[in-house]
Amino acid sequence: MAGWLQDNGLLLGLAVLDGLAYAALVFMVAVGLNLVFGVLRIVNVAHGSLFAIGAYTAASLGLFFASQGLPPLAGYFALVLAAALVGALLGPLIERFLLRRIYGHEEVLQLLVTFALFMILEDVQKLVWGVQPVSQDLPMTYLGTIDVPFGDDVIPFTKYQLFVLPGIAVATLVGLALFLRRTLAGRMIVAVTADKEAATAMGIDATRIMLLTFTAGAALAALGGALASPTTSLVPGVGAQTIVLSFAVVATAGLGQIEGAALTSLMMGLGRSVAVYFAPEFEVVVPYLIMVAVLLVRPQGLFGVLETRRV
Amino acid sequence: MSAPLLSARGLKLAFGGVKAADGIDLDVMPGEFLAIIGPNGAGKTTFINMTTGYLKPQGGRIEFAGEPILGLSPRAIVRRGIGRSFQLPQLFTEHTVIENAALALAAHAGIWSPFGPLLRPGYRAAAERLLDRFGIAHLAETRADALNEGARKLADIAMAVALEPRLLLMDEPTSGVAATEKMQVVETLVRVLRAEGVTAVFVEHDMEVVARFADRVAVWSQGRIAALGPPEQVLNDPAVLRDVIGIAGHA
Amino acid sequence: MIAEGLIALLGAGVLLVAALAIPWLKFVLTIALAKGIAVLGILLLLRAGQVSFGHAMFLATGAYTVAFLAPAMPEALLLIPLGGLFAGLLGLLVGLFVVRYRDIFFGMLNLAISMVLYSLLEKLYHLTKGTDGIRVARATFAGFDLPRETQEWLMFAIALGLAALFGTLVAAYLRSPMGRALAGIKTRETRLEFLGVSARRVLLFAYVASAVMGGIAGTLVALTTRHVTPLLGYWTSSGELVFIAILGGAGSAVGAFLGAVAFELVRVYAAASVADAWQMILGGVLLLVILFAPGGLWGILAGRLKVRA
Repeated sequence: MAGWLQDNGLLLGLAVLDGLAYAALVFMVAVGLNLVFGVLRIVNVAHGSLFAIGAYTAASLGLFFASQGLPPLAGYFALVLAAALVGALLGPLIERFLLRRIYGHEEVLQLLVTFALFMILEDVQKLVWGVQPVSQDLPMTYLGTIDVPFGDDVIPFTKYQLFVLPGIAVATLVGLALFLRRTLAGRMIVAVTADKEAATAMGIDATRIMLLTFTAGAALAALGGALASPTTSLVPGVGAQTIVLSFAVVATAGLGQIEGAALTSLMMGLGRSVAVYFAPEFEVVVPYLIMVAVLLVRPQGLFGVLETRRV
Repeated sequence: MSAPLLSARGLKLAFGGVKAADGIDLDVMPGEFLAIIGPNGAGKTTFINMTTGYLKPQGGRIEFAGEPILGLSPRAIVRRGIGRSFQLPQLFTEHTVIENAALALAAHAGIWSPFGPLLRPGYRAAAERLLDRFGIAHLAETRADALNEGARKLADIAMAVALEPRLLLMDEPTSGVAATEKMQVVETLVRVLRAEGVTAVFVEHDMEVVARFADRVAVWSQGRIAALGPPEQVLNDPAVLRDVIGIAGHA
Repeated sequence: MIAEGLIALLGAGVLLVAALAIPWLKFVLTIALAKGIAVLGILLLLRAGQVSFGHAMFLATGAYTVAFLAPAMPEALLLIPLGGLFAGLLGLLVGLFVVRYRDIFFGMLNLAISMVLYSLLEKLYHLTKGTDGIRVARATFAGFDLPRETQEWLMFAIALGLAALFGTLVAAYLRSPMGRALAGIKTRETRLEFLGVSARRVLLFAYVASAVMGGIAGTLVALTTRHVTPLLGYWTSSGELVFIAILGGAGSAVGAFLGAVAFELVRVYAAASVADAWQMILGGVLLLVILFAPGGLWGILAGRLKVRA
């Protein structure tokens, strides 16, 4: 073991640092999905589309600001603005006009409705932004890189991926945790998640809470997308990739505390990263292998409190 | 003195501090109708759940026809000849009554037939006969979730009887049934069961039903059997009257 | 039952006429019939109240069986059952675990396992050529190397024949004691156990059957499109199958094919006219169906004809 570490410690360290940024983005999407499922009890397939649209919007806004000669700092504002716009516009729209009609329907049908929405939004992306890659990496490149010493070598990492992404993810985690535990709205969300009937009986307006939660979840997904957009070039299919990975995280973490989602995102992110460095052919498989392994042993997820229907 | 059909000794089960069964000793004799009465939470349904393999006792033994059955799955116990009906009737809600009955008959015959319709002539006739004995043949084509409570109860019991059990455990067979229908339902039930030679154990809250149809009465209280004997004796016992019937009363 | 059969017969006739009248439709209809066979499997599981979001893995298994074996053994009449067999074996292996779970857990586990397979197909380039896919070698039929036009007709006929076969089998199965028990899992699984029936075994039988049908569908797709990529096993492909099941109507085996034909026709025509909007159109159609006609196309048809849907 010690020998292996000596030979591969450098690579492992690289993998860990790489994985942090990835895990941060995964967390942003997964936590929103988890919240929405907890309150609405619907698995929203279109959650990934919100991520993608957030990303595209952020890139477009960033490109627009740059073209208007605005300073690079405006690029960061673009990221936040994109997330807010997408969340505030699409969130209530979807919840009010689509989801509200299917509460109480069979689970299959609910899932398919969000799947249909996903299909529609995939084409919306193609129609608005086309099929050519879209990219705006200024927010990432502007901050420059930092040289991380690794033994004799020095590896440059972008400050954006090393500090900004994990930083925002941690801030989101802490902020959400405080929100859910300390604020009235947050505690109402927790109550509805635990038992909707009981919460309604206590006088909580479940309808408003569901709208609020879905909008917040949409904004989080869009924020994740916005934050991701400087790190990659956007093509159709990004949403599909993201949602299935988020499912993996949420299913593995289980329905429950958001800290569970954070830990699981970290695990998946690091797992994938390590695979990239040591066994690249298995990079994509790792999250799903973890998911299968966990679900077979603990179907309610690592941190889940949901009752399993298992026979 | 013939051997008991069902024999329980020292059954114990506790749920987080609550003693649902605290040393149950009971012999059920073949052919008898044994009523189980007692206040809610005394452990009556728990006893049925333990006997049918749905719950595992933490201590004690159960023997059926001389063979131990502790630890067997509900399926295995059903195959041994113990049937059960439920407090809330467990019918296949999207199927019609005759489909429910035919399904039970098919299950008894060994259901591994993926071809040939369920309601083929042979099964259909047998299902109709079964429903007829319980007086609900006229409801054959009705969907199970559209029945009234009495019919639902009878259908539920009919399904259990379709499996030709030697011992039938019924959890509150008359609860939810309208007072006007109640005696009729029980009479039908008793008639069919006696004709089949089925031994019956039933949990009941209605003392009139108990007085008329039970051969013996077992009184449950806090996980133990507080009294056991013929109805005239048990139902007139002042201790029982005070502790049990005073609380349980009529359904 | 008779009404269903007549409508199915009529439908087959319509497809035949369409294929004769508009030759290039053969391709689309063959694919549609193949997908319909896979959807029959979804239907079985839906009957038990369970949705699998991973059945594309069986499609992929069948398709890649053809792709891998065709160079060495080009006989289509062997490849098709072989694809079904391997998919069935995978179904048995996966099924043994998966049938212990219900509802969202069943769905998620299926999704996860299918994504494992997909990821492997995508990344193991030296084996599977990754996302480039594999070109399927020319197939023979009963040993004969046939001209392209004839091959296309033969594939269409085989697809139609298999669709009729599996459709009839599934319809009969759903009426059988085992099929009824399957429906019992959805409504009162405990009762099933108390009837002495193993819900797990009943579900496993249905699951393996659905895997076999998925595999055969995969072989048909491979032999028709002559190009196999991992996309066939992607989660969206699984989603499509469930989509088609609900679109067509989960109440009848005919629904699977109604849905599949409608889906493929819309996809082809929409893609031809409004390139990047076919998903939007289909998505919209599905929404309308779920919200206003949850019995699907078959439900609408049966309602019109006053048949018990």
